[in-house]
Amino acid sequence: MIRGRAWKYGDNVNTDVLFPGKYTYTAKGRDEIASHALEDLDPAFASSVRDGDVIVGGRNFGCGSSREQAATCLVYNGVGAVIAESFARIFYRNAINNGLLAIVCPEAAQAIQQQEMVSVDLERMVIECESGCFRFPALSETVQEILEAGGLIEQVRRRLASID
Amino acid sequence: MNNLDSSQNSAGQTNTSGVEAMTFAQKALARAGGCDRVDVGEVVDVRPDLVLSHDNTAAIREIWLQFGQERVAVPEKLAITLDHAVPAPTTRHAQNHAEIREFVQEQGICHFFEVGRGICHQVLSEEALVLPGQVILGADSHTPHFGWLGAFGAGVGRSEVAALWATGELWLRVPESVLIILEGELPKGVTAKDFALRIIGDLGADGGLYASIEFSGSGIEAMSVDSRMALANMMAEFGAKSSYIRPDDRTRAYLDAALERRMGRSDAAGRLGSSSLRAASTQLFPDDGAAYSATYRYDADELEPTVSCPHTVDNVAPLSAVAGTVVQQAFIGTCTNGRIEDIAEAAEVVRGRQLAAGTRLLVIPASSLVLQESMELGYIQALVAAGAVIGTPGCGPCMGNHMGVPATGEVTISSANRNFRGRMGTADAEIYLANPAVVAASAVAGRIADPRDLV
Repeated sequence: MIRGRAWKYGDNVNTDVLFPGKYTYTAKGRDEIASHALEDLDPAFASSVRDGDVIVGGRNFGCGSSREQAATCLVYNGVGAVIAESFARIFYRNAINNGLLAIVCPEAAQAIQQQEMVSVDLERMVIECESGCFRFPALSETVQEILEAGGLIEQVRRRLASID
Repeated sequence: MNNLDSSQNSAGQTNTSGVEAMTFAQKALARAGGCDRVDVGEVVDVRPDLVLSHDNTAAIREIWLQFGQERVAVPEKLAITLDHAVPAPTTRHAQNHAEIREFVQEQGICHFFEVGRGICHQVLSEEALVLPGQVILGADSHTPHFGWLGAFGAGVGRSEVAALWATGELWLRVPESVLIILEGELPKGVTAKDFALRIIGDLGADGGLYASIEFSGSGIEAMSVDSRMALANMMAEFGAKSSYIRPDDRTRAYLDAALERRMGRSDAAGRLGSSSLRAASTQLFPDDGAAYSATYRYDADELEPTVSCPHTVDNVAPLSAVAGTVVQQAFIGTCTNGRIEDIAEAAEVVRGRQLAAGTRLLVIPASSLVLQESMELGYIQALVAAGAVIGTPGCGPCMGNHMGVPATGEVTISSANRNFRGRMGTADAEIYLANPAVVAASAVAGRIADPRDLV
C-alpha cells in the first residue's frame, strides 16, 4: 500500500521540466539527481516531497526526451507512484523499469486535489482519495514481472543467471 | 484535414491467401521477434538490428556493469555518437566523453563517431547503418527518425539499452498504426516541418501516442529524403512509437550513395552488394487491407507555414498569426532541420542581407558531411556574410547544454523539435518552432517573419 500527499500537475508534463536536459550527462548519484527533480515546474518540490508521496498528471505525462532521470529523480525522492490520464511511452517504460508504479487512471487523475492524501492499493487495484475510490486496470503481465523483480536490471540479471 | 471514418478501417482484412493483413509495424516486429506474424497489443521479445546511444553511453555502461559481463553481447550492433554536448563544454562533460571513448576501445565498437561527425540520427542515416525493414532501438527519443527509410525506429531508456547490450533483446508491445495520407505537392514556402507541426497541432502532442505512424500519398512520394527525415523525426513530438515512409527509388539511391561513401565503390559492390540490393531484400511494406486505428487525409495545397508557440509543440499557429513577434535569437540545426536542404533554404533567405540589429543567428549543420556540402555550395559563406555564427555539427543548444543558451526573458525562434519550458537551459525564456526559412527570415527581420515577404 502506497500512501502520501498528491503533487498535481497538468497535461503534457514533459521530461525537461521533470529533469532539465542540461544536467543529463553530468548529474551522478541519487542525491544530485534527486535535487533537480521538477526544477523548472515546481521549485518547491524537491525540498518538500516526502516518502510515499504521489505525482498526479493529466494527459501524456512524461512526454519528450528518453532521459531516464525523468523517472529516477522521482524514485530518488521517494515518490510512491505516478497517476496520470495517459503516459508518454518512454517515460512509462523508464518508470516501470526503475520500479516506479505508473498508473493510468483518468478518473482518479482528475478527481485528486492538490496536496490531499492519496492511497494506492496495488493488490485491490484501487486508488483512494477524498472524493472517492477509483479502480484502475490490471498492469500487463510484462509490467508486473518487471515490478515484481524490482526493476528491469534485476529481471535481466535473473534471466542471465538462469541461462548460465 | 479529413478524418476518414476510422471504423471502416478498424478491422484488418483477409487477403487472398487467407492470412489477415499486417501493418508495417506488425511485419517489422514479427521479423525482429522471429515470428511469422504478431498482432496489435501483443508483447514480443525483439532482437533489433542496431542499438543507438550517444553522450548517455557512459551512464548506460554504469548500468550494464551491474550485469557482471565483460563483453557486450553483440558489439557490431552498437552505434555510438558523441553529439549532444560537443565539443565538451565543461570538465564534467569532457570526463563523460572520456569514459565513452574508453568503453568503445575496450569493447571494440566499430560504429563509433567522434565529436564533430554529427547528430546520431543524421550520421547513422549517412552511414547507411540502418536498412529498410530493420529495427533500431535507441536511447534517444527521436529514433522514430528512421521511418524516413522504412525502418522501425523507437526510443527506449538507458536501462533498456544496457539490457540490450547484455542480452541483444528487449520486449516491445506491437503498436496500433495510424495512416496519414498527404496528397498533392507542398506549396512554395511550405515544408515537411510545417506538415508535421500541422498534424501535431490538429491532433495534439499525444495524438499518435503509442502508435506507429504510416505515411502515404503523392505528397510524401514527392518529398526529398531530407524532408522525409524531418517528417519522420517530428513524429516523436506526436507521441509516436515509430514512423514509416515507404522506401522507394529515392530511398535506395540515397542508401547506395551512402554505402559507397562508407565502403568505397568496389567494396560496396563486391563484398556487400549494393545497398539497393540489400534494401530490396530487407524492405517491408504494409499489406493492402491492413488495420489502422485512424486514417487522416491532408491536401498539400491547404497547408501553410506553421509555427509552434511556447511552451508545447502542439500549441501551433499559422505563421501569419505570430508574425511580428520580436526575437533575440534564431537557431537553425538539430536532427529535425539541420540538413543540406534546410541550410540551403536559410542561405537563400539571408544572401545579400544582414541580420537585424539585436538578433543573432546560430547555424549548426547536422553533420560534418552537411557542413562540407554547405561550404562547397557557398551556403556557409552567405550565412556568415549575413552575420550568422556557425557551430560544431551536433545537437547544439537544442537541449540547453551549451552553444546558444538564451538569457532570461529572451525569445528564440528555432528549427528544432521542442519548445518546452526550460528546454534550451533557461526556464523563463520563450521558444518558437518553425521551418528553417522562417527562422532565417526572422533573424533578418528581428521579428517572426515570412520569408516570402522578404524576397
